[in-house]
Amino acid sequence: MTISVASGKGGTGKTTVAVGLALSLEQQVQLLDCDVEEPNSHLFLQLDPESRSSEDFSILVPRIDEDKCTACGLCSSFCEYGALARLKDKVLVFDNLCHGCGGCKIVCPEGAITEAPRPIGKLVSAAVPGVDLLYGDLNSGEVLAPPLIRGVKRQSIAAPDGPGGTPVIIDSPPGTTCPMVTAVKDSDFSILVTENTPFGLHDLELAVQVLSDLNMPMGVVINRADIGRSDVEEFCCKKEIPVLMRIPYSRKIAEFYARGESIVAADPDFRRRFQEMYSRIESIVAEEGRKS
Amino acid sequence: MKICITSQGEDRASNVDPRFGRCAHFCFYDTESGEYRFEPNEFAAGVGGVGVQTSQYMAEQEVGAVLTGQVGPNAFKTLNAAGIEVYPNAEGTVESAVQGFLAGKFEKTSGATGPARHA
Repeated sequence: MTISVASGKGGTGKTTVAVGLALSLEQQVQLLDCDVEEPNSHLFLQLDPESRSSEDFSILVPRIDEDKCTACGLCSSFCEYGALARLKDKVLVFDNLCHGCGGCKIVCPEGAITEAPRPIGKLVSAAVPGVDLLYGDLNSGEVLAPPLIRGVKRQSIAAPDGPGGTPVIIDSPPGTTCPMVTAVKDSDFSILVTENTPFGLHDLELAVQVLSDLNMPMGVVINRADIGRSDVEEFCCKKEIPVLMRIPYSRKIAEFYARGESIVAADPDFRRRFQEMYSRIESIVAEEGRKS
Repeated sequence: MKICITSQGEDRASNVDPRFGRCAHFCFYDTESGEYRFEPNEFAAGVGGVGVQTSQYMAEQEVGAVLTGQVGPNAFKTLNAAGIEVYPNAEGTVESAVQGFLAGKFEKTSGATGPARHA
């Protein structure tokens, strides 16, 4: 079963929840940190830096065989991203604009386009007892998070369709744009982490809309739940979205976080609470499976 | 020679648009006939690589020189490869920019004048 942990707003506690859940379950879990622009799950696992292994991740960009190219312009008119410029007698390629879709190669009638890898980031893996971690780390200045997120997700060992097998937990990027959608897509369940602030509610509403469009079962975790307003609870009640957990505003959790230690280290009772949350998610997913 | 001035509006009293790729309008000026022609920039709202697409269009229109505010690295590379001269830092009205160009008051650039704005 795959559970993604997302949020609209950044800094609400996605990583706290994803890592907390991963460390709490009895069985071996796989944790995929898909927040490739700023991966941070690894900071809370007390990893031995030596145990990390990483490999380059590349997208394929076009290379033009000038002997075969007739400068017909089909490739450049196909490209939505302006990565190919057709001039009178040649085609220029802008690697930094290419999204690596491969369409130009398909439309070229002369077979003049081949593809070459261009590294955009790294795939990093590491393990601690109970948790196999894998994350993407996008190179500075790169904007193409979705291909790297797909690269991380291709390493998933989740059994398809519903409960059972190794739990796979995805730490999603914040927001509601392509990286978030790429990260949460095809999960069995999404946890949305939010907070009781107007900003938290506003972005939660957007994230709920995205997940609804994806027909994704979801639940909410409210972080710093004992401060702020009550309208997040009211919203969840109205939308019939279960509130799975309320994490208190606690100096102790914040201190542990600042030291790179997990929420279950700060308060071992969270282990039980995360296990209960997981059981609840399992039954929701099983129920959804029966419905469909 | 045909030159292109990036314009905020559709007549010669409009101000020069300081953006190249995402300028609102193109003004094509023919230095032989003295004729002005305006058209909207259909690439202005593109998702990315707009400087490249606009530059390619300049080449298709057989423009010899571009008068604009700033030009980024991708646009400059394309214009340069197409043999189109780039005159940056144009301001004021389109007409005054044209007059300034004809009087030789502009200096062409040999590189981009600013960073890429949007991948």
